[in-house]
Amino acid sequence: MKIKKSEVEHVAHLARLDISEALLEKFALQVGKILEYIDTLNEVNTDGIAGTSHAIFLTNAFREDNIKEHMQRDLALANAPEKEAGAFVVPKVVG
Amino acid sequence: MKLHELTIHHAHELLRKKEITALELTQAVLARIEAVEAQVGAYISLFPEEALVQARAADKSLAMGTCGPLTGIPLAIKDLICTQGLRTTCASRILENFIPPYDATVMQKLKAGGAVIVGKANMDEFAMGSSTEHSAFKPTRNPWELASIPGGSSGGSAAAVAADMCLGSLGSDTGGSIRQPAAHCSVVGMKPTYGRVSRFGLVAFASSLDQIGPLAKDTTDCALLMNAVCGYDPNDSTSVPEPVPDFTTFLTPGLKGMKIGIPKEYLPAQGLDPDVDQAIRNAIRRMQDLGAECIEISLPHTRYAVAVYYVIAPCEASSNLARYDGVRYGFRDRQADDLIQMYRRTKSQGFGPEVQRRIIIGTYALSAGYYDAYYGKASQVRTLIMNDFKQAFERCDLLLSPVAPTPAFPIGEISDDPLTMYLSDIFTLSANLAGIPGLSIPCGFSRNGLPIGLQLMGRHFDEGTLLKAAYNFELATDFHKQKPRL
Repeated sequence: MKIKKSEVEHVAHLARLDISEALLEKFALQVGKILEYIDTLNEVNTDGIAGTSHAIFLTNAFREDNIKEHMQRDLALANAPEKEAGAFVVPKVVG
Repeated sequence: MKLHELTIHHAHELLRKKEITALELTQAVLARIEAVEAQVGAYISLFPEEALVQARAADKSLAMGTCGPLTGIPLAIKDLICTQGLRTTCASRILENFIPPYDATVMQKLKAGGAVIVGKANMDEFAMGSSTEHSAFKPTRNPWELASIPGGSSGGSAAAVAADMCLGSLGSDTGGSIRQPAAHCSVVGMKPTYGRVSRFGLVAFASSLDQIGPLAKDTTDCALLMNAVCGYDPNDSTSVPEPVPDFTTFLTPGLKGMKIGIPKEYLPAQGLDPDVDQAIRNAIRRMQDLGAECIEISLPHTRYAVAVYYVIAPCEASSNLARYDGVRYGFRDRQADDLIQMYRRTKSQGFGPEVQRRIIIGTYALSAGYYDAYYGKASQVRTLIMNDFKQAFERCDLLLSPVAPTPAFPIGEISDDPLTMYLSDIFTLSANLAGIPGLSIPCGFSRNGLPIGLQLMGRHFDEGTLLKAAYNFELATDFHKQKPRL
């Protein structure tokens, strides 16, 4: 097996997912099959080949640091699941 | 004359001559939607009242003579393009109630052009899929065969155009998500060069591969929609400051002197449906009859494209989708009593299985100890795939191939077999990896009456040559004029 259930569980935690036992089992199987397929890349000799992360040649997109209009606070908060006093509310972080 | 069956350019002519009004046109499209949406399921949201207001405004501009080619034209927008004040769900529970506070750049452009937005089209959740079965809300059905998939992920867009439930549509293409549904629904679909169209306001899936593009009833409409959405945008740092031609100027008869490459790896002896194979061979002959020269070329790393893509796309997705944490927008699990638990329960209840599967693959491939073996290796092979294209385009002006190895498959047939689903993207993924433009046009039907698409791929920023070849193919054939019986 290419990936163990416990590894999927570990990765799920890293990705902040909460995956049920039954689904973990299924994902391990499916992801294992996909990773095995991905291993065909090892057939390719890539010695000395630079990687590509972006297909179009572009230099850095710099601009002047000018102050512009920005989204108003009410609008930015409009979709918040929970808000108070102009801020996003989250569950308690420190005990 | 049925108004909803009009092309954009024909409708524009009638609007300009005052033979029809924008209000009548929008009403006709809304009536068509009313009649067939229950069968097709192309839309997640419909905005009939807003559309009628926009249509009346369009009639005012038409009366004043200040109209453009899209004034009063009813369009469908894939539901991952932000529309200010109009719900944008990405076909996901996690964004089920999300109302964007701003318009995507392409929406600003369409609105400025006077287009009428009738609704938001269904798709695979977060554009992850090839069948539109991964929508959290409902599957979309292929208007040509309701038991089959329309393709994906822009399946709602393609089905809406094919079933005359809009005059044209915008989709997005990360690995074939415009071209493959266009092929399965017998419409024209273009993935522009990476950087040609602003991604500002496009919900991100894989940022180095995503590109917005049109789905249309013919090549002329495709060129008009391209004219409307292309162009540099300072709000997208990967948008390219390249001049945008008037794409309709490429729509001229004659292919003499054009050299078309046929990648031999794209016409495999096995795995290609015989009807698709035949339709493509017929298309090659047709192009030769039209004056083009067809030569065999090789893209030797084709067989690795799926593996490269299914590392790079999930890696980028796992990073992009980290933002759905239940804090600033979207669904939040309210039962959790600490932050980490809130994140975990929010994501797992909000994302569907395919999205979670890809987050797992991406997170795994990027995690300590695996980064070089997966992401590093895939990005190197991506370079080799790009070099294949570069060498091919030294010998020819464009490439011709199938879009998909088979016609549309039945709903449910492979929805739970991710690897088989991924392999069906073999002919379209490479264009995204290389950033080159790709176009899908109707080129035939299988013996069961299912549409077959032809793919043309070109050099960076050379969409014009693809449109020219497609336009000439269209002049010589009538596949694009055939309509599904609904």
